[in-house]
Amino acid sequence: MLSLTRTNSPSGERTNPGDGGSKGTSPPREGWWSSGAPWIWLNAMAVGIGIAAVAGLLGLIATRGLAHFWPADVAMLQVDDGTTLIGELVDIEFTDPASFEQTGQPDSGQIERWLLKTGNRRVNGPDFRWVPTASVVDRSFPSDVAVFERTEWGNAYGRISAVYEDDALVATGSPAWNELQSRLERVTELRDEIAATQARTIDTVNYGLERLRLEKRRRVLQGINEASDIEEQERVLMATYNEAESRLRALSEAMRRDAVEIVIMDGRSIRQPLSDVIRVWRPNAMTVGGKLLHYVRSLAVFLTGDPREANTEGGIFPAIFGTVMMVLLMAVIVSPLGVMAAIYLREYARQGPLVRLLRIAVNNLAGVPSIVYGVFGLGFFVYLVGGTIDDLFFREAQPAPTFGTPGLIWASLTLALLTMPVVIVSTEEGLTRIPRAMRESSLALGATKAETLFRLVLPVASPSILTGIILAVARAAGEVAPLMLVGVVKLAPALPVDLNPPFIHLERKFMHLGFHIYDVGFQSPNVEAARPLVYATALLLIVIVIVLNLAAIMLRNRLENRYQVAET
Amino acid sequence: MPDQNRQSWSPYDDRVVELVDPAGGTPEDHAKERDAVRENTCLDVRELSVFYGDKQALRDISLTIPKNRVTAFIGPSGCGKSTLLRCFNRMNDLIDGVRMSGEISLNGENIHDPSVDVAQLRRLVGMVFQRPNPFPKSIYENVAYGLRLQRGMARSEIDDRVEWGLKSAALWDEVSDRLKDSALELSSGQQQRLVIARAIAVEPHVLLLDEPASALDPISTLKIEELIGQLKSDYTIVIVTHNMQQAARVSDYTAFLYLGEMIEHDDTDTIFTNPSEQQTEDYITGRYG
Repeated sequence: MLSLTRTNSPSGERTNPGDGGSKGTSPPREGWWSSGAPWIWLNAMAVGIGIAAVAGLLGLIATRGLAHFWPADVAMLQVDDGTTLIGELVDIEFTDPASFEQTGQPDSGQIERWLLKTGNRRVNGPDFRWVPTASVVDRSFPSDVAVFERTEWGNAYGRISAVYEDDALVATGSPAWNELQSRLERVTELRDEIAATQARTIDTVNYGLERLRLEKRRRVLQGINEASDIEEQERVLMATYNEAESRLRALSEAMRRDAVEIVIMDGRSIRQPLSDVIRVWRPNAMTVGGKLLHYVRSLAVFLTGDPREANTEGGIFPAIFGTVMMVLLMAVIVSPLGVMAAIYLREYARQGPLVRLLRIAVNNLAGVPSIVYGVFGLGFFVYLVGGTIDDLFFREAQPAPTFGTPGLIWASLTLALLTMPVVIVSTEEGLTRIPRAMRESSLALGATKAETLFRLVLPVASPSILTGIILAVARAAGEVAPLMLVGVVKLAPALPVDLNPPFIHLERKFMHLGFHIYDVGFQSPNVEAARPLVYATALLLIVIVIVLNLAAIMLRNRLENRYQVAET
Repeated sequence: MPDQNRQSWSPYDDRVVELVDPAGGTPEDHAKERDAVRENTCLDVRELSVFYGDKQALRDISLTIPKNRVTAFIGPSGCGKSTLLRCFNRMNDLIDGVRMSGEISLNGENIHDPSVDVAQLRRLVGMVFQRPNPFPKSIYENVAYGLRLQRGMARSEIDDRVEWGLKSAALWDEVSDRLKDSALELSSGQQQRLVIARAIAVEPHVLLLDEPASALDPISTLKIEELIGQLKSDYTIVIVTHNMQQAARVSDYTAFLYLGEMIEHDDTDTIFTNPSEQQTEDYITGRYG
């Protein structure tokens, strides 16, 4: 009689040929092997690693990115060499003395040091500095230390000593804070007005003048010399321009009226015009509620504002807008193309070697590196198609290209090409899954093939089609490499949508979150300051991809409930 | 040797003799008789052969299917009865590599004539498949599907026809209060009656039933059989079945097919009580098949 473990062993041998050596010496272990339990453990481990990786990634990005907007306390450090440092504690690090020997401290083992953001780089030089903890004699958080967020030269830290109006002293000491707040409000209002004038009048006038210039050139090309009506319009626009410009000059002048005097960490006083100050806050004096309010405001500015200082400060709204618009445009282009191609391949083409070859080619297209698509997009869409469009319709603008230069529409088309295989494959899968009997039932009711397709097959296959579009959107939103060739720029002067007719300018260059991450993280002059922004932007990119996907998934689930295929 | 059983044209073939030399009577009588036959004939099949690639599925089938009667096709699996059924609404056109010869006419009109609109033909010749296959839509939309294909039908008329179709399929009482529910929530017996309702809502002349009850439980089967009995006053019904009791219960005429040939075609009573062919008797008594 064979025992149960013995009868199991042949199968154990078969599934684990490498385990043959231990056969018979330890039957219980062999039983454990052949039961498949190790295999299950291995699978579970793989899943665990996957979950940990995703959770770790999201956790790191979220904490690093979101913490950036919290108003950190400002520390005042007395260092043993007699200097005083004021700044935000950004990081604590333990470092080896060997790599720290320039300080010449005879420490043994690891020493602790702080990274302090002292700001005010116009005066101090670098924004950040390392301070060995051991050298700090005293650390305090004085409540009157203020942080100045400025349009230029980064943050400044210091105490407010006085407020001036046209070089005349207005307030000193503690009243200076309130005085500063009210004057800052005025400056903010003026700044908003300048921005509005710029956007509403100057940009529109410039746009109008450019169009008139092109119109004039077009007439010259057509041999028409009559241009008096254009010149009349130009005069009107120029008058508007001059009026707006003088108004802008007056506003700027008004903005420069006030200044604040700051005592910075080394005891010097600097005079800071309020026109360059965006916000002032005293983090050490703020309550938790106040900090929360500040946090929400900072986040709102980040989401809705324009970037400043080579993208290392301010908001990223143009990048959000560009990403979403590019992806949506891509989806609008790729969906009909991919679905139609899949319908032809699956429903109409005669299934044979040629179609099989075509299908293999489509699948392989999904594996082509994306930068190759970028090169193709540049060569084909931008230079060939765009250049041809310019030659045919935009002669008057030449030699400056209109469509023959990287732009939003070419980026969307390139990505549509890149993601088309995904849509084709999943649409085809959806079409294959529909039972033959269901199509035949429709045909048997007197429907033609096209009617069956539109009334039955496509609605039932719509969840699969949407799955394809979801995958396409997810892929497109994450692509950066091809976009660098076909339309993404570091800083776009205008959004692709504005108030100037025809309102949607698909030929314009745009900003993109993925490229923004690369640019801020690696091309920025102030990497240390920009690092939190990299995390925040990465988080935002993930959130946008998730939101786009969730919307599509919800739509798909609704369709799935509506068109669940009968279990056959 | 597959050609051994092949029916060849011969002068002794009854049908040919009839055509070549009608027994007695004036030409007028013959004409009148032919008209009467034509009047009562729904489908007329002449020397139909069907090939799937190199394989011959049907060999020289000739038969007439009378109006407003139930004709059953019986025979073992693979004998070609479903293929024959699918010829009547040209469903075989959809399969690659199908060739056919011979002629089928519906109400005297050749269905393979180039002028025939296949969609229109299929509307006149409804079909119900073996497994209940309602569309993944609501009960109402299932029945309205065929109606919506006919453009210009008013909403109220569609409502009426849906109700009429469901009533004709003896399903109205069970679903009238939940027409908007998914058809997939119905039991399989109800689903099959829904499919029949869907087929008759477009008012076909012929209803082809391909083993309509083989996937159903006995009670649902009984309901379908009762339904067939009710529907035959308005429709010509052709049913393929594996179940000989079912054929005996529901049909007026029965055709026995074997290996692509029609062995015998007669009154159901005659086939089941006094078949003229030995093969038929063997099959009916369960000796093979």
